[in-house]
Amino acid sequence: MNNAHIRTTFLNVSYGEHPALKDISIDIPALKITAIIGPSGCGKSTLLKAFNRLLDLADDVSICGEVFVDGANIYDKATDVYSLRKKMGLLAQKPFPLPMTIYENVAYGLRIHNGIDKNKLESSVEHYLREANLWDEVKNRLHTSASKLSIGQQQRLCLARGLAIEPEIILGDEPTSALDPFSAEHIEKKLIELKERYTIVIVTHNIQQAMKLADYVIFLYHGRVIEEGPSEKIFKAPKDLMTQAYIKGEYLDEIWLAKEAQAGRKVEEGEGI
Amino acid sequence: MPNIKKRLFEEKVFKATMLASCVSVVLVFMYMLVTVVIKGLPGLSWQMLTQPPKGGYYMGGEGGILNAILGSLYLAIGATFLAALISIPVVLYLNVYLKKDSKFAVLVRFSFDVLWGIPSIVYGAFGFAIMVFFHLRASLLAGMITIALLELPIMSRAADNILKMVPHELKEISLSLGATRFETATRVVFRQAIPGILTALLIGFGRGVGDAASVLFTAGYTDSLPTSLLRPVATLPLAIFFQLGTPFPEVQQRGYTAALVLIFMILAISIVSRLLTARFHKHTLR
Repeated sequence: MNNAHIRTTFLNVSYGEHPALKDISIDIPALKITAIIGPSGCGKSTLLKAFNRLLDLADDVSICGEVFVDGANIYDKATDVYSLRKKMGLLAQKPFPLPMTIYENVAYGLRIHNGIDKNKLESSVEHYLREANLWDEVKNRLHTSASKLSIGQQQRLCLARGLAIEPEIILGDEPTSALDPFSAEHIEKKLIELKERYTIVIVTHNIQQAMKLADYVIFLYHGRVIEEGPSEKIFKAPKDLMTQAYIKGEYLDEIWLAKEAQAGRKVEEGEGI
Repeated sequence: MPNIKKRLFEEKVFKATMLASCVSVVLVFMYMLVTVVIKGLPGLSWQMLTQPPKGGYYMGGEGGILNAILGSLYLAIGATFLAALISIPVVLYLNVYLKKDSKFAVLVRFSFDVLWGIPSIVYGAFGFAIMVFFHLRASLLAGMITIALLELPIMSRAADNILKMVPHELKEISLSLGATRFETATRVVFRQAIPGILTALLIGFGRGVGDAASVLFTAGYTDSLPTSLLRPVATLPLAIFFQLGTPFPEVQQRGYTAALVLIFMILAISIVSRLLTARFHKHTLR
């Protein structure tokens, strides 16, 4: 693929002795929604955190292989990690407003990256709150605490906060799993709207959501890419037995063990069944 | 269900034991307070609070303990300020800059735990040794530095425990927005932890204002009001000690009055800290 926004080559990540990602070589297409699917613990979130180097914060983590964003290897020593992170807005699993007012939450990134010009700041905050469909609900209480918002509103605030740093990429780590169905739909629709201007990568274990949103799908299992491809292909005509089973909601472990044996790889104790 | 009676009995016994422990804590505290109030209240007068001791005070003469009240306040405020100056950067470093499994963090926390356990007379002796080395005499400044050392581990461990409770995700969010660790520490983590950090400062202050042994050699004692960083100051704990040590009942009573003043000082600080905590909790996540 030549329009890859993020590309990884032989990315391996382990926590201590425990491998979390094995030989991940994938391309994330620009201006599309890419869904990384797979059951809990398969390494989805680790992969997402490898993209904006939040993985650096984890205890006892070792990373090898390469991740290219806009063609530059972000694990290169010369990488400016702050500019890298500014390229990516993150929506976490659970909304975490910063301990300040609604206004200050959105202004946080703006102040850090652009300095303080009060008039410009105010109009930007309004702009991004509108972008996240939150403005009308909060315009009369901008200077009250963000923690008083409902959880759905908080997640939209987090979206506004992420968009305010003017990223190119939006990373969502199961961004709707803590929300009620109505708020979740709100976020999903917004993401579809935003893909015109942003490359979006979401991690989800909700297959329906992946079907609704994704243009491109990557299926991870036990830290390996099992199958990747355009959404229609993965969901309508998956090639791999495991992908077929996962989409149907069947158990995967036996197929996986057989496959690992076939490939001549040793399954560590505690992995799989 | 053969054991249900036994289990219910167990439950009752355990509950009663816990309740008894709670009640006895409250009772002991009340008993102490009542003793000091009964013995000290009759000696409380406007003169006690607003005048330094005059000639013959320690034999029942005119005057008050303003020298010790002011001395204790100056000492503890200065010491708390100095201790906070070191303690806040240390705990922010431990909790924002270092990873959870950092060996260095373990070493620093262990040092604080050891320092915490050292009796305050040792701090006093240490402060005295340093004073001698620099040819200083007992003074407000030397007392402040010694008390700051005494407060440091207490304040740091209290603040450290608060910062440990700041959700990891909050740091991740701030960093993911492209903030530096410094911005994350000062604008997000510190802000989230302000109520707890204030409490930590006040715990330090409470310990500093009431400690006698560390100021015995380092701050000295004087009957005049504190005027200079380089001159000795009186402190409430020593004022209590000296007055209870006299053979005159009316002076001993003033010792209890001084104790009463000290208790009220600490009580006032606890109340203020509660109020501040409520105020600063406005934006924090819970």
